Amino acid sequence: MLTIKDLDVSIAGEDKPVIKGFSLEVKPGEVHAVMGPNGSGKSTLSYVLAGRDGYEVTGGTVTFMGQDLLEMEPEERAAAGIFLAMQYPVEIPGVANSYFLRQAVNALKKARGEPAMSAADFMKKLKAKAEEIGIRPEFLKRDVNAGFSGGEKKRNEILQLAMLEPRLCILDETDSGLDIDALRTVSDGVNALRTPDRAMIVITHYQRLLDYIVPDHVHVMADGKIRKSGGKELALELEEQGYEGLLGRAA
Amino acid sequence: MATALETVQDYTAKAYKYGFSTAIESDMAPKGLNEDIVRLISAKKNEPEWMTEWRLEAYRRWLTMEEPNWQKVGYPPIDFQEIYFYAAPKTKERPKSLDDIDPDIRETYNKLGIPIKEQEILSGVAVDYVWDSVSVATTFRAKLQELGIIFGSFSDALQSHPELVKKYLGTVVPQGDNYFAALNSAVFTDGSFVYIPKGVRCPMELSTYFRINEMNTGQFERTLIIAEEGSYVSYLEGCTAPQRDENQLHAAVVELITMDDAEIKYSTVQNWYPGDAEGKGGIYNFVTKRGACRGKRSKISWTQVETGSAITWKYPSCILQGDDSVGEFYSVAVTNNAQQADTGTKMIHIGKRTRSRIVSKGISAGKADQTYRGLVRVLKGAEGARNHTQCDSMLIGDKCGAHTVPYIEIKNRTAKAEHEATTSKISDDQLFYCRARGISEEDAVALVVNGFCREVMNELPMEFAVEARKLLGISLEGSVG
Repeated sequence: MLTIKDLDVSIAGEDKPVIKGFSLEVKPGEVHAVMGPNGSGKSTLSYVLAGRDGYEVTGGTVTFMGQDLLEMEPEERAAAGIFLAMQYPVEIPGVANSYFLRQAVNALKKARGEPAMSAADFMKKLKAKAEEIGIRPEFLKRDVNAGFSGGEKKRNEILQLAMLEPRLCILDETDSGLDIDALRTVSDGVNALRTPDRAMIVITHYQRLLDYIVPDHVHVMADGKIRKSGGKELALELEEQGYEGLLGRAA
Repeated sequence: MATALETVQDYTAKAYKYGFSTAIESDMAPKGLNEDIVRLISAKKNEPEWMTEWRLEAYRRWLTMEEPNWQKVGYPPIDFQEIYFYAAPKTKERPKSLDDIDPDIRETYNKLGIPIKEQEILSGVAVDYVWDSVSVATTFRAKLQELGIIFGSFSDALQSHPELVKKYLGTVVPQGDNYFAALNSAVFTDGSFVYIPKGVRCPMELSTYFRINEMNTGQFERTLIIAEEGSYVSYLEGCTAPQRDENQLHAAVVELITMDDAEIKYSTVQNWYPGDAEGKGGIYNFVTKRGACRGKRSKISWTQVETGSAITWKYPSCILQGDDSVGEFYSVAVTNNAQQADTGTKMIHIGKRTRSRIVSKGISAGKADQTYRGLVRVLKGAEGARNHTQCDSMLIGDKCGAHTVPYIEIKNRTAKAEHEATTSKISDDQLFYCRARGISEEDAVALVVNGFCREVMNELPMEFAVEARKLLGISLEGSVG
């Protein structure tokens, strides 16, 4: 589904590479965890995959469902089925959460040549999904992320994920700022979306999240590339030894 | 990928959708302005003598006045001798029924999306169609007449109800009020007249649609709305003009009067041709709009969405004379490319416990410059007066400007005035967030801007809100890219 090959990325305008020779293969149905210390390039990776401005790809390729992902605009990537649950969801004052989501759902449908969803059908689906994720109905009328707590923002990202039904979900530190109860509901929401044809990349600092969202593969990233890969037990090993213990002083 | 700034710049390149002109034969007065032109206009309209004299008095006042220069807009001096002050479609007489209207004019209004007919889309709205200097059609007149409501062109009102016109004309905006109001008083050619009798709630939205078609003509319309005791009316105004390289002048005067417990809600969606990206052409929109809340507990509410014109110079105001009367001003002004706007309001508190509320949302993109200028004046007798003002500016890009100039004059100790102002920028983060969810960059700008303006958009009547929302998006097209 997703093939990243020898990817090199710098911050635009700076010479210093942030991602160096990064490779990863993600198949349908798989959940990959990418772990790593601060500054290892994890968040940069997620932004580059979603198409955010401000990064310069200096080498390598990224192919998604047979398409050259790096050539696509962010909205085209969304239409192709990529979804990034952001670490810092953005506030849009004056725009109701439900209105925003309906715009997004219908924009994706339009890009895929499908008919738009009626307001009634949309609301029905939205309410059902919100209930599953533990979001109160009045929350849907509030402005997008405006005045939301950290946990509410993350939950809102998962609601968007559930409504937009992407092929590949990238969760960027979805666990940060969540208490244990919120972590559980958010994880339940994510797990409900695990299907044989949907893949996930879960980016996190901590092993904690992986107790709830159990990965098929764990990759430890440091200094812009994957230093070690393994099964879910690698996360536990990491938890015990720390990045330095696992990777040596260079980490 | 483009930054917010680039998208905004792209957006502006798109063409003005209403920029076509219609080739019809016009009856035009000679170019230029003098007493004979004023008399000619008055004669064309078969006006009573007092009206002619009133115009001439305004003209003589105008000659002694100077063009204002305190506003923060720049333009070359206007040569009033190069303007045609009267242009009307050449027909023998005003069409008797809607079926008799010139097919070219009918087609133009179809193209503008406001067909001249009493059905379907506009079923809830009665429309007065003003073409250059004259009103060409009014729908639903008969139905409104049953309720005693007078709605139609100003010229017709002058023939059918001269006593009403004489009683109220110029009582809110006097002939010599300001340079452009004096000019308008001398040469106004048509406009709308509305009279809502005591206790009547107007069952539909009343609307005027202004279209400038001829080249080098000015449009000087005059609107007068009177709401008698306990009545209510909601009035909408829309405007477009062909795309031309020359600047054209639009200098209107609107007077509103509310008696005890009456309410007028006046909404404008102004989309005159704004000129091209370099600032060539476009309408100079110099307008005086003022309402007098004469009666107790009466209310006047101005809502405006200003997206067009090369220059906008307007301050819809309320004179709160009646005790407990209420004035409101809700405004969205969008300036893009080389557009300039100096707009705001005046709230004059005279009566006791009068209240006013001002919500102004300014959006500036491209090289545009925008100023909010507002006056809140509380006179000595205005015991317990209240004002709340909120001025928010949004900047798109780094070459535009936004300025806020509030004047607050309070002469009564018990009065309270509050002023809040914010300035924000549309951020790359917001645009990326929307795009990562599949929303295109242009739609993302429209979404963020609409969110910014929501408070004002909510005040617009349903029929207008949808259009206005689209218009905001279109006006900012090319502003990022």
